[in-house]
Amino acid sequence: MSDYVRKTSGRGFQDEVVVLEDVQETGPSLVAKRTLFRLITFLSPSLLLVLWEVLARLNVIDVRLFSRPSLIFQTLFPLMSSGELFRHAWISVQRIILGFLCGAVPGVVLGLSMGLFPPVRASLMPLVASTFPIPKLAIMPLILIVFGLGEASKVFTIAIGVFYLVLINSMTGVLSIDPIFLDVAKNFGASRRQFYLTVALPGSLPMIFAGLKLGMGTALLLIVAAELSAAQAGVGWMVWRAYDMFDIERMFSALITLAVMGYLLSIALDALEKKIIPWKER
Amino acid sequence: MHPCQVDVPNPVDAGDIAVLTSHLTKTFESPSGTVTALDDLNIQVRRGEFICIVGPSGCGKTTLLRIMAGLEKQTSGRIYVHRSSNNRPLTAMVFQSDSIFPWMTVERNVGYGLQMQGVPKKQREETVKKLLAMTGLTAFAQSYPHQLSGGMKQRVNVARAFAADPEILLMDEPFGLLDEQNRLILQKELMDIWQESQKTTVFITHSVDEALVLGDRLLVMTAQPGKVKRIIDIDLERPRDIVSLRGDRRFIELYSEVWHLLSEEVRRSRARQE
Ligand SMILES: Nc1ncnc2c1ncn2[C@@H]1O[C@H](COP(=O)(O)OP(=O)(O)OP(=O)(O)O)[C@@H](O)[C@H]1O
Ligand SMILES: [Mg+2]
Repeated sequence: MSDYVRKTSGRGFQDEVVVLEDVQETGPSLVAKRTLFRLITFLSPSLLLVLWEVLARLNVIDVRLFSRPSLIFQTLFPLMSSGELFRHAWISVQRIILGFLCGAVPGVVLGLSMGLFPPVRASLMPLVASTFPIPKLAIMPLILIVFGLGEASKVFTIAIGVFYLVLINSMTGVLSIDPIFLDVAKNFGASRRQFYLTVALPGSLPMIFAGLKLGMGTALLLIVAAELSAAQAGVGWMVWRAYDMFDIERMFSALITLAVMGYLLSIALDALEKKIIPWKER
Repeated sequence: MHPCQVDVPNPVDAGDIAVLTSHLTKTFESPSGTVTALDDLNIQVRRGEFICIVGPSGCGKTTLLRIMAGLEKQTSGRIYVHRSSNNRPLTAMVFQSDSIFPWMTVERNVGYGLQMQGVPKKQREETVKKLLAMTGLTAFAQSYPHQLSGGMKQRVNVARAFAADPEILLMDEPFGLLDEQNRLILQKELMDIWQESQKTTVFITHSVDEALVLGDRLLVMTAQPGKVKRIIDIDLERPRDIVSLRGDRRFIELYSEVWHLLSEEVRRSRARQE
């Protein structure tokens, strides 16, 4: 402290030139950085796999419960080459997409209406608020009773999960539009219809998409639950079937497939978002 | 939408008056009490005139403009606005805050008023092109607002109101955010447009310079609650040149008069806040 005072106020202090480090991110170093990050993204899971394999072989982890990568791949590849895995994946993807649409479309429509029309909001909000917290898994038995054991019950389970998330986000999207934009629309003489199309809808699209992405995550959760009962196919069914037969490798193969499916679906949503919301800052 | 009250004969239809307010009062209720933004305001805006408004921050300038635009309703008193044509919007406002649509390109933002009026696409594009050139935004026609600087966004805001070609142009500190060069350019453009179209313009500004360069008359408002402090005729010859005006004797006289009135009010409003 006293040192500092002496240094700054004393006569002996000399001016000095502080050289700021060259912090420019020039082309090559930026590219190098990106490549490095990509390498890390690729390496870290691979490293985990290697670690898993090594620990399993050293009997540190129980192979009966956790298997090991080489065994899993030995199961996975035949499943892929025989086309069996893709058949199941395709069935699940169809259920997800169908359920997603059945939930998202009414979710957007109702959510926008609730955001735009206070009477609609006032009458539906209590209903939504009281039924939203019910875990979707808890009503699965009810869904099975109502919709039977066929496709409808699986699609509905996913739809109901997606519906709430999309509805709530769409409503919030409308409500969070800056009121200045309502003034602008009014001042420039927008009709009601024009207001919906030029302000309400585009203004709430980013939130709607946030809801869709959350909904997609939920759909992946629910597909596994939905295929638990009364299914003869699907990736979720594969998981449960493997559980019944205690076929750990098959189970991991199905889990990996689920992860890849989820990844691809989220990429598809991102691409759609880029197309529909070109003004979004990224 | 229309601020006119039609239950009595409209006095502005008789004379050469575009806007007339009579005992116009506006109060806002807030948790901390009632705020009187405008108090018994009586003003007349003549048809075709360029009227500037200055006053301390918070004195109710924006509120007055919003009432003129029909975006806000007065608490008491009356406001009359003259409409002379049915196929043009009555007012178009340049908003004080950032108000251009983030989801539209610059081009679509500028054409918004025309689109709402149902102007055919071809004709719309022509007008938009002209205004983009005028505001120096041609290269950014296809950009989205988040790709623009603050000053560029404000120019879009101005261009949008110009493009709508309203009977009365309402401008709320439109050049406040701009750099000096663009401010001068746009002042000049505004003058040209106004001189050509003789469009009634109500222009709020914090800059006495700007008010004197642009206006026919200047309304000085009191600190909150906003009343008329003085209305000053700006009897400077047109066309006015911004640079040479600064040496003009009459300009300097007017400037110090307005400055004096304003600083009185600013002092008063600050004294009350303490
Ligand atoms: N919606 C509102 N609710 C409550 N109070 C408001 C509202 N709008 C304005 N006011 C109050 O009314 C007064 C006048 O506001 P106004 O925006 O008209 O001021 P202004 O003259 O435009 O100020 P500035 O020069 O800073 O833009 C202020 O005291 C403000 O706090
Ligand atoms: Mg204001």
